[in-house]
Amino acid sequence: MKYLKYLLVGIFFGIILVKSEAVSWFRIYEMFRFQSFHMYGIIGTAVISGILFLQISKRIALKNVRGTQLDAPKKEKGFIRYLIGGAIFGLGWALIGACPGPMYILLGTGVYSMIIVIIAALLGTFLYGVIKSKLPH
Amino acid sequence: MEIILNPWPWYISGPLIAFVMAILLYFGKTFGMSSSLKTMCSALGADKFSDFFKFNWKEQKWNLTVVFGAIIGGFITTEYLSNDVATDLNKTTIAELQEMGFANPGSTLVPNELFSLDSLISIKAILLLIIGGLLVGFGTRYASGCTSGHAITGLSSLQKQSLIAVIGFFVGGLVMTNFILPLIF
Repeated sequence: MKYLKYLLVGIFFGIILVKSEAVSWFRIYEMFRFQSFHMYGIIGTAVISGILFLQISKRIALKNVRGTQLDAPKKEKGFIRYLIGGAIFGLGWALIGACPGPMYILLGTGVYSMIIVIIAALLGTFLYGVIKSKLPH
Repeated sequence: MEIILNPWPWYISGPLIAFVMAILLYFGKTFGMSSSLKTMCSALGADKFSDFFKFNWKEQKWNLTVVFGAIIGGFITTEYLSNDVATDLNKTTIAELQEMGFANPGSTLVPNELFSLDSLISIKAILLLIIGGLLVGFGTRYASGCTSGHAITGLSSLQKQSLIAVIGFFVGGLVMTNFILPLIF
C-alpha cells in the first residue's frame, strides 16, 4: 500500500509535536512573550538540521525516489503576500496557539473543539481563493 | 521508558522535525501542512467558485494521509506515550496567565477556558476559535505556507521569501499575544 509510508510519517510527526510540547497553546504564548527558549530551540535546531541536510544533499547530489535532485520547492517571487499573509497567520497562530499541523494533532489528543478551528480554517482558505485576484501579492 | 514518557527536550525535537521534512522531500513530496486545507477545499467542491481550487486534488491524497496520520499520532501520544508531567512553563508566564483568568496554565495542552467543551457554551470562546481558524486558513494561503512550509522548509533551503513570511508570522504573533490577548482576557 503506497500510502502507508505517508501514514507512518504523519503518526511520527504527531508524536514528535506532542512530546516536544510544540502543540501547547501555553508554549506559543510563552514564545511570543520571549519568556522561554524552548520553542526557539525547537525551530532553531530544526532549521539548522534542515540546512545541513539540504546542503549535504546538494553536495552529494542525493536523489529523491523519482530520481531527480532532492530539493525543497521554490517559493514564488513576492514580498507583500509573504509579509501580510504571514502576519495574518501569526495573529491566528498566537490566538489559538496552533498552526495547521498542531490543529490536526490536537484533535487527535482529544481537543474536539479543534473541529471548529479546522472548519473555520477551511473557510479562511476558501475565502482567500475567492478574493485572491483582488489582493496585492 | 521515563525518557519517552516525559516531555522531550528541544534539541531532540527540532532535529526530528527536520527529519520529517527530509523524508518527505526524499519521497519527492514536501513538508507543508496548510496545503491540506487547500486540498480539502478542492475536494469539497471549491473549484466551482474559484480557479485557485481547480487542480487534481487526488494527487494530493498523500498529504491528507499525512494529516490523518498526525491525528493518530496525537491520539497515540496522549493515550500511551505520556505521563501527567505539566508543561514546564516560565513562572512569569504562569503568573501572567493566571492574572488573565487562566486557571491552570501548563496542566493541559490547551487552555480549558478556550477549548473545553464546557467553554463552547460561551459565545466568546466559539467566536475566538472561529476567528483564529479564519486567520490561520486565510493567512497561510495568502503567505503560501505555514510553519512547516516557511519556517522549517523555506528557511532550511535559505529562501528569502520564507524569511519574510516568518518575520510576518512573528509580527502577527507578537501583536496578538502582547496587545490583543490582554484586551480579550
